[in-house]
Amino acid sequence: MWLKDSSIGRKFIMSITGLFLVLFLLFHGSMNICLVIDDLFGTAGYNWICEMLGANWYAIIGTLVLALGVVVHFCYAFYLTIQNRRARGNDRYAIEARQEGVDWASKNMLVLGIIVIGFLCLHFYNMWWKMQFAELTGIHTSMFDPADGSAIVKALFTDGWCGIIYCLLYIVWLVALWFHLSHGIWSALHTLGWSNLIWLKRIKVIGTIFATLTVGLFMVVDVYFLGVNICSMIG
Amino acid sequence: MATKKQNTQVITPEMAKIPAGPLEKKWTNYKDHQKLVNPANKRRLDIIVVGTGLAGASAAASLAEMGFNVLNFCIQDSPRRAHSIAAQGGINAAKNYQNDGDSVYRLYYDTIKGGDYRAREANVYRLAEVSNNIIDQCVAQGVPFAREYGGLLDNRSFGGAQVSRTFYAKGQTGQQLLLGAYSALSRQIGKGKVKMYTRYEMLDIVMIKDENGEERARGIIARNLVTGRIERFFAHAVVIGSGGYGNTFFLSTNAMASNGSAAMQMYRHGAYFANPCYAQIHPTCIPKHGDFQSKLTLMSESLRNDGRIWVPKKLEDAKKLQAGEIKGRDIPEEDRDYYLERRYPAFGNLVPRDVASRAAKERCDKGYGVNNTGLAVFLDFSDAIQRLGKDVVAQKYGNLFQMYEKIVDENPYENPMMIFPAIHYTMGGIWVDYELQTSVKGLFCIGEANFSDHGANRLGASALMQGLADGYFVLPYTIQNYLSDQIGVPRMSTDLPEFAEAEKKVQEKIDRLMKIQGKRSVDSIHKELGLIMWDFVGMGRTAEGLKTAIEKIDAIKKEFWTNVYIPGEAGTLNNELEKALRLSDFIEIGRLMAVDALNREESCGGHFREEYQTEEGEALRQDDKFSYVSCWKYTGEDSEPELIKEPLDYEFTERKTRNYKA
Amino acid sequence: MDNYINIKVRVWRQAGPKAQGHFETYELNHIFQGASFLEMIDILNEQLIAEHKDPIAFDHDCREGICGMCSMYVNGHPHGPDSAITTCQLHMRKFHDGETITVEPWRSRAFPVIKDLMVDRQAYDKIMQAGGFVSVNTGGVPDANAIAIPKPVADEAMDAASCIGCGACAAACKNGSAMLFVAAKVSQLALLPQGKIEAATRAKNMLAKMDELGFGNCTNTGACAAECPKSVSLANIARLNREYLCAKFKD
Repeated sequence: MWLKDSSIGRKFIMSITGLFLVLFLLFHGSMNICLVIDDLFGTAGYNWICEMLGANWYAIIGTLVLALGVVVHFCYAFYLTIQNRRARGNDRYAIEARQEGVDWASKNMLVLGIIVIGFLCLHFYNMWWKMQFAELTGIHTSMFDPADGSAIVKALFTDGWCGIIYCLLYIVWLVALWFHLSHGIWSALHTLGWSNLIWLKRIKVIGTIFATLTVGLFMVVDVYFLGVNICSMIG
Repeated sequence: MATKKQNTQVITPEMAKIPAGPLEKKWTNYKDHQKLVNPANKRRLDIIVVGTGLAGASAAASLAEMGFNVLNFCIQDSPRRAHSIAAQGGINAAKNYQNDGDSVYRLYYDTIKGGDYRAREANVYRLAEVSNNIIDQCVAQGVPFAREYGGLLDNRSFGGAQVSRTFYAKGQTGQQLLLGAYSALSRQIGKGKVKMYTRYEMLDIVMIKDENGEERARGIIARNLVTGRIERFFAHAVVIGSGGYGNTFFLSTNAMASNGSAAMQMYRHGAYFANPCYAQIHPTCIPKHGDFQSKLTLMSESLRNDGRIWVPKKLEDAKKLQAGEIKGRDIPEEDRDYYLERRYPAFGNLVPRDVASRAAKERCDKGYGVNNTGLAVFLDFSDAIQRLGKDVVAQKYGNLFQMYEKIVDENPYENPMMIFPAIHYTMGGIWVDYELQTSVKGLFCIGEANFSDHGANRLGASALMQGLADGYFVLPYTIQNYLSDQIGVPRMSTDLPEFAEAEKKVQEKIDRLMKIQGKRSVDSIHKELGLIMWDFVGMGRTAEGLKTAIEKIDAIKKEFWTNVYIPGEAGTLNNELEKALRLSDFIEIGRLMAVDALNREESCGGHFREEYQTEEGEALRQDDKFSYVSCWKYTGEDSEPELIKEPLDYEFTERKTRNYKA
Repeated sequence: MDNYINIKVRVWRQAGPKAQGHFETYELNHIFQGASFLEMIDILNEQLIAEHKDPIAFDHDCREGICGMCSMYVNGHPHGPDSAITTCQLHMRKFHDGETITVEPWRSRAFPVIKDLMVDRQAYDKIMQAGGFVSVNTGGVPDANAIAIPKPVADEAMDAASCIGCGACAAACKNGSAMLFVAAKVSQLALLPQGKIEAATRAKNMLAKMDELGFGNCTNTGACAAECPKSVSLANIARLNREYLCAKFKD
């Protein structure tokens, strides 16, 4: 099977799953913005979307597909890295200098990916476990109603010192995610062949804009609650 | 024993297998009547091709496509690295795409005139004839020649021609043509029709007598450069495309490993060495900058399309330049001597290479040199930059300018380039007949390694043409005329005593070298040889100087064989041993060049005897006495070679004094 | 202005393919900055020979930056700390007095060390043999001007074709991938009408050979193009991807 046995095939899988996850992130980020809006204007957009997604078969399938995307992306990443390390040979260079014009992120995608995955677990515990999972299984693990996702988020991020630490942790995560995406998006497009002498520069810009936009959406929520929390702590 | 009389042996046109008939019909006639080998028999025949340059790679690929089994050898780690790759400027063809009146005849005429009427008419005409096929072939292979906006092929002009017939691919034409041939070769290697041996160096040719007692080339002895092992290879015919011997001068534009050893091995087996003294000095090289220098870098002749060559008019300006007090751009226009335009108004900066080189030497000898050694002239683009704009100049020559800047650390857009002549190409080489077969049966020689097409001087962009002509379009035909008799010869075992004997001789030579354990490194002796060659067998030669050179070379030979030091073991990778083996042959070639130059009492093309020049300092040929190819026959290790002459009777072309003035 | 400098050269010495390698440091005095890097190595070798030591084995030939034979990893860069050149075109003016220069061979599983700084790059030839050609025999081809090719296309093909097969791309790649090399050839021939006919099979065959020979997977770091002595563009890799994916989906 060429998707497993050829290098471009493997990269194709990485690109497709990666782009799929980026699209999900963009959606998720947009959804999160509702949290801020809700908090400012007293609306209930976030919970309304949660309800829409809710606990139905579509959502389960959606979630499973998403999970599959993550798992495939993750497994291929390790597979590629093991192969690539082997291709490098046993002897390493004594001195490796940085090349001009080569992003730091591009050479550290696995490390960045692991950071992202690590935080993803935390995120699952904090949010998904308490919301969709709880709703699906009926096992309630927190004091909040699983349908009131908005409250869960707010509670976590504005919980005094604990909230600040969570906010900061999420910022670290988002920074890692930004670096991962800043290379990942254009690299995926490049691998899919959507590049040439002119578009090479353009897709790099597009990739950076996309990464910034996606991460920015999450960041806004994070920083907003951090601000709210600090304000409430101060006085 | 024959008494020493003046009756030197003569090679007749029949012996050189030149077909009868009018000039333009000879090649067609030949092809119509030559013997061919049928496909079933081709599979039973093995051919060794030594070298993977333009000639070697194209021959190996073409022969394999036809169905022969080919064994191909090269000393580099890949066939793509042969030194043809470094040719910059372009390749000539008589396409007349520019509608400037070009034709096969005109290309023939320019080539034979450029060679100062010292080449065979029939060969040169054939070369011009097949030149067009070469361009077609290369384009079909995907060689990205430069194109005009209409999508058709572009041309530029080169020295010695008044038409634009040079096809080019940026400043990397040789590279692109070689990669074309290499890709064709790769295809045949992939198909298993060519067995490729990289990092192998041929050390001898194996001769085996046929049933009539006639010796034929039947294989080679080669050293695996990685393991140091000596190996034996059989073939029904051996083709040598090993390039020129310019590195005899140590400093040349040749690659470091380019050598004349294959030629010397052929010579020792009875192949004639023809016109060894015809060596081309290229006018546009980056000047020498130190004793540690390992090679000279060529700047393409195409630069002379737009660059103007000059030195200061006033000696005091030259003195200031030499002292580094002023730069070229500081000298006002009226104080510049554009000496080529002054001396040769019709061709100007585009005179042939030999003429341009000598003119530069003449100016520098008079003290007008422009760098600290006094051995450089300016090549100035300020006019072109003004006329065409910096962008156009950069587009045309950008990579050459970049190369110059990297080496010299000076920006050629702002200050004129400095150039000086350097050894570049050897027109002389192993004598071959019209079929490219040497005087040894079954031994063929192609490309720069043979002597055939350039006479006493080669025009720019003709080397690529000749290499590919030999490899794609000439040898694959002519070799069949020989092989058609060989179809009954079975593959021979390399255990035959002839193979064992040849290997033993090679081993003995290596052992002898390794045992010397003297004090001098190979390079130090080679540099000494190079200086002698440059001083006495270089651009201006005299009888006295040449005699001195022979004496000095003999002394170097003695020094080499008693005082060279080779570290390490022979049975392993040993670069110093490789260099020593090559140097032992360079010493012999250097001597042969001097002997030939001494014999040729005239000036023609790249061979300039100071005794034979016009009052204006132009080369003076002696057609009545020296209108022949000097073929040198090996007579033994310590005896003088025997001169055999192939008269050059010009049947179709009138010989004139070369005139690039009007 | 070029001056004379004193330097230390830390060179990887390895007696053979299976031998254990190590660094050795040599002192060199009074080196002219106008000398090329390889001329400096020549001087070092002359010094070693004079001391009856084994000279450093290294690949080099044309010394004009075109044959692709020279292959040294100097101070962390293939072909050293200068842009768009090969090792032979690197000059000592790029180094300063008292500097220690580290010289290593290309390191990649597909390029095993033969001796010292010399590596075996036959893998590149094998990739070429798998499909780096247009299948035409000698003779019987149409006139060179029979097919017009737009100048921008011809120019782009030429830029891709300027690859010298030195191996710097795979040596620079943290993944040991030869994608830029393969992409350059696939691009050149896919751009030109002569090569388009076989473009799909060529991309598949050359890539399969590259994978088979143990080169790594490209992750578009761009180190290859940044270190390429002929500045072959990364965009070629996208074209190879495109050719390959299209070919596979057509299958």
